[in-house]
Amino acid sequence: MYNAKAVIVGAVIFAVLFSSPFWLNFGKDDYKRPDVVLPKNEKECVEPVEYMRAEHMALLNQWRDQALRNEKRVYVSSTGKEWTISLQNTCLKCHNDYANFCEKCHIANSVYPYCWTCHITPEGKK
Amino acid sequence: MAKLPTPHELMASRKDFPAGSWLDVKPEFAPGSFCYPAKVETMERLHMPHPHEWDPAAEDWNLPDNWEKILCDAFEERLEKHRSLKLFMDICVRCGACADKCHFFLGTNDPKNMPVLRAELLRSLYRRDYTMLGKLLGASVGARGWDKSVVKELFYYAYQCTECRRCSLFCPYGIDTAEITAIVRELLHEVGLGTHWIMDPVKNCSFTGNHLGIQPHSFVEIVEMLADDCETITGIRPKTPFNEKGHEILFITPSGDVFADPGIYTFMGYLLLFHELDLDYTFSTYASEGGNFGSFVSFNMAKKLNAKMYAEAERLGAKWILGGECGHMWRVINQYMGTYNGPAPSCMMDVPTSPITGTRFENAASTKMVHIAEFTADLIRHNKLNLDPSRNDHIITTFHDSCNPARAMGLLEEPRYILKAVCNNFVEMPENTIREQTFCCGSGSGLNTEEIMELRMRAGMPRGNALRYVQQKYDVNHMACVCAIDRATLTPLANYWAPGVTVSGLHELVGNALVMKGEQKRTMDLRQEDLPNVDPDEPEDDAEQGEE
Amino acid sequence: MIAALAMVALIGCIAWAGAAGGLAFLFSVVLPYVAVIIFVVGVIRRMVYWAKSPVPFRIPTTGGQEASLDFIKQEKWDCPCTKGQTVVRMLLEVLTFRSLFRNTHAEVLLNDPVNKGPRVVYYSSKWLWVFALLFHYCFLVVFIRHFRFFMDPVPGCITLIETLDGLMQVGVPRFYVSGGLLLVALLFLLTRRLVNERVRYISLLNDYFPLLLLICIVATGLCMRYFDKADIASIKVFIMGLAHLSPASTEGLPSLFVVHLTFVSVLLLYFPFSKLMHMPGIFFSPTRNVPNDTRRVRHVNPWNPPKQFFTYAEYEDEYREFMADAGLPLEKQPEKAAE
Repeated sequence: MYNAKAVIVGAVIFAVLFSSPFWLNFGKDDYKRPDVVLPKNEKECVEPVEYMRAEHMALLNQWRDQALRNEKRVYVSSTGKEWTISLQNTCLKCHNDYANFCEKCHIANSVYPYCWTCHITPEGKK
Repeated sequence: MAKLPTPHELMASRKDFPAGSWLDVKPEFAPGSFCYPAKVETMERLHMPHPHEWDPAAEDWNLPDNWEKILCDAFEERLEKHRSLKLFMDICVRCGACADKCHFFLGTNDPKNMPVLRAELLRSLYRRDYTMLGKLLGASVGARGWDKSVVKELFYYAYQCTECRRCSLFCPYGIDTAEITAIVRELLHEVGLGTHWIMDPVKNCSFTGNHLGIQPHSFVEIVEMLADDCETITGIRPKTPFNEKGHEILFITPSGDVFADPGIYTFMGYLLLFHELDLDYTFSTYASEGGNFGSFVSFNMAKKLNAKMYAEAERLGAKWILGGECGHMWRVINQYMGTYNGPAPSCMMDVPTSPITGTRFENAASTKMVHIAEFTADLIRHNKLNLDPSRNDHIITTFHDSCNPARAMGLLEEPRYILKAVCNNFVEMPENTIREQTFCCGSGSGLNTEEIMELRMRAGMPRGNALRYVQQKYDVNHMACVCAIDRATLTPLANYWAPGVTVSGLHELVGNALVMKGEQKRTMDLRQEDLPNVDPDEPEDDAEQGEE
Repeated sequence: MIAALAMVALIGCIAWAGAAGGLAFLFSVVLPYVAVIIFVVGVIRRMVYWAKSPVPFRIPTTGGQEASLDFIKQEKWDCPCTKGQTVVRMLLEVLTFRSLFRNTHAEVLLNDPVNKGPRVVYYSSKWLWVFALLFHYCFLVVFIRHFRFFMDPVPGCITLIETLDGLMQVGVPRFYVSGGLLLVALLFLLTRRLVNERVRYISLLNDYFPLLLLICIVATGLCMRYFDKADIASIKVFIMGLAHLSPASTEGLPSLFVVHLTFVSVLLLYFPFSKLMHMPGIFFSPTRNVPNDTRRVRHVNPWNPPKQFFTYAEYEDEYREFMADAGLPLEKQPEKAAE
């Protein structure tokens, strides 16, 4: 092999970069789904849990639009149940531990929503 | 030679792309589309492999029986020797940036003259044997096997490339078609395929010392004649030292400057300049060829022809070598000479130094070879020359950057610096056709032969057009260049594309402008044409000129 | 083009069917591991394959004035003569695609009024450069952003990139400009291949396939983010399992995710055997990565063959009489040589 030094350096840089997911995690404890604290009193959310996990941000947006722009304050869920469209009085009523519910999962997945640039920071964020 | 169509007809007759895949389209060997094959005895004398009689227009090229094995093995060997080849075969993404950078493509609209496709001709063969995809999927990923028609195709397009490297400038990976063309030509030589116009000069250079095979005594005679002409014009007969030992400088220039019009006037420029400087130099009849047609054949042939320069410098005890105006000669000197035949002989000085100005040419410290444009520009910078640019007032000149000095050396400013000092009227051609983006004359790399004149005019179209443009717009009537092949090929090119423009080397204009000590009043230029606005009968005002 | 389309569609269908038919483990665990190994090993193997051949000659393409006389200005970055200048040239090449930036478009006019005949006109043509640069940088950003799935905690630099990428704060989840532009750039490159006659003529299956594959990767990715949303918390759990070499259960993985992952794996598998090797290849480019200094410093060719040439002695032997007649100095006078 010619110019071996340069080529080996290049190959090592390449291998290190592209295998970084493995060695960055090497020896660390297994990653666990963030341990969010679920509401203690309520068992049922507005929609099923799988739907909420993937779509909650879209639903929040939808609620905002309906409440503030269309003045429609009632949400009919997929099961037919009616909910009042309100962040403070519906969502945050049950999910009152911001730090251990919303934020925990958001931070783990590097999600930084801009809800709180307008809304009052809920309890538990401090 | 068949009569050429008019420029308009020539361009209008460019064909559309063929309908089918390029893998299925085969070139047509019509007269005028190929160079004549090399003679058997030439090839034998040079110990080239498998010399044989063949005719490009014939169906059968009489290849040796085991031609396929020879070519496969030769290809393998080249891959092992040249990293560039492996790389250029592997990394092209076919972005097409090179396509309209090629003068052959612009002039012919033949898709295989797009540099990318020229390389694909070889790449398709590479894919079959050296890439996983090619081995598995074959033709569907553009892989193919060797075939006699493929050999013909390689020949056809390897001799429609002047190795000018314009495409390589624009390629995002720097893929150099010149390198690929050079290697394809090497491969073809392995099965005895070469062209007359290249191999004959190679033979002559090898055994006589220069392209035309001018023997030592005739060479001396011609140079003496040129010195006589110098005397007629200036009243001073420059000295013409030959094969003399113990001079500081060995001067080597392409032999085209000695025997071909208009190169001879450039040569006279050298003679006058060196005489005026009283330069301690010598010519050599043995190393009387700077140009290296071997570089159009194979790396080894280039090495072989180039070897004479150092050998002669050593024999004569020269301190450094001064090189004349030439294109591919300088490609070889700048990029290959040290590698081929270095290190330079121990008799040479550490760093070539101008005896006139004391300037050390650090950029030539290893090769010990200085370009005459560097040398002269340095003289002018230090006011060592008495120049009268008004003697070139009858011309409005432009400058043609030759492909090799431009893209394999980076010699762009020195010639301009000189030109501006010796001419009052200098106009650049459009910016996309000069400097590193310069267009080839269309006949470089051994294609300057009569039988393909129409093809040459097509390939010269971008250069011709640019020249025509400044001719029409700024009344340019002259084109200077620093290449012997250019001096030979740009003349027909100018006659065709921009009639009325004359072509010359840089040092012809230097010779015209140079005011020599004790010269007679100049009434004619180096071509012995009367200088306008000079009355030969009017007595010369010596005092005024002396003071200048 | 059609064949490439068919191949990519087939890969997608197989992955989709596999995910639905209980083969999710195969497509989302086995395949990615195999792909990463083949990718890394394959790329290094090709690099070694290149490196096994020497660089016999130093052949930089000079893109400007060389360093020569002190009163002549050198174009340092286009015609470097030192290592440092060459590094700058390479950086400009790799980071800004400098050579492609030079691109022009030539057009042949048959009846130009100035030339009174044919004339080639050159237009600056930066589209390829713009979109190539756009594609590569967007791809890089998207690639880096994906590290939020591979790292815990997610480092601040990745968060910063995400913030900048989503600075416009459009939509929920926030729209990342890089993802959108990546798709636009890819579509441009594909359209160019199809519309430009010259590029269409040279294009092979090997050109369409990676483009379509990338388009599918981007499309499935965008789809998972903006349309058929995936639960990224679960996906992160799965990916971190892969990164910890202890794969989590594939149960409940969205099919779209399996398809996305399969496409990425195919890209990795394809990479070392294809033109995509231009990524490491550019660093090897012999016309860019060396200084133009061969007259200054001798470059050594390891296989330099021995010198063989017609020597002066042979030459004099052949022409001695003539040379003597012409009065040229000789090593041996004719009388001497005859002895």
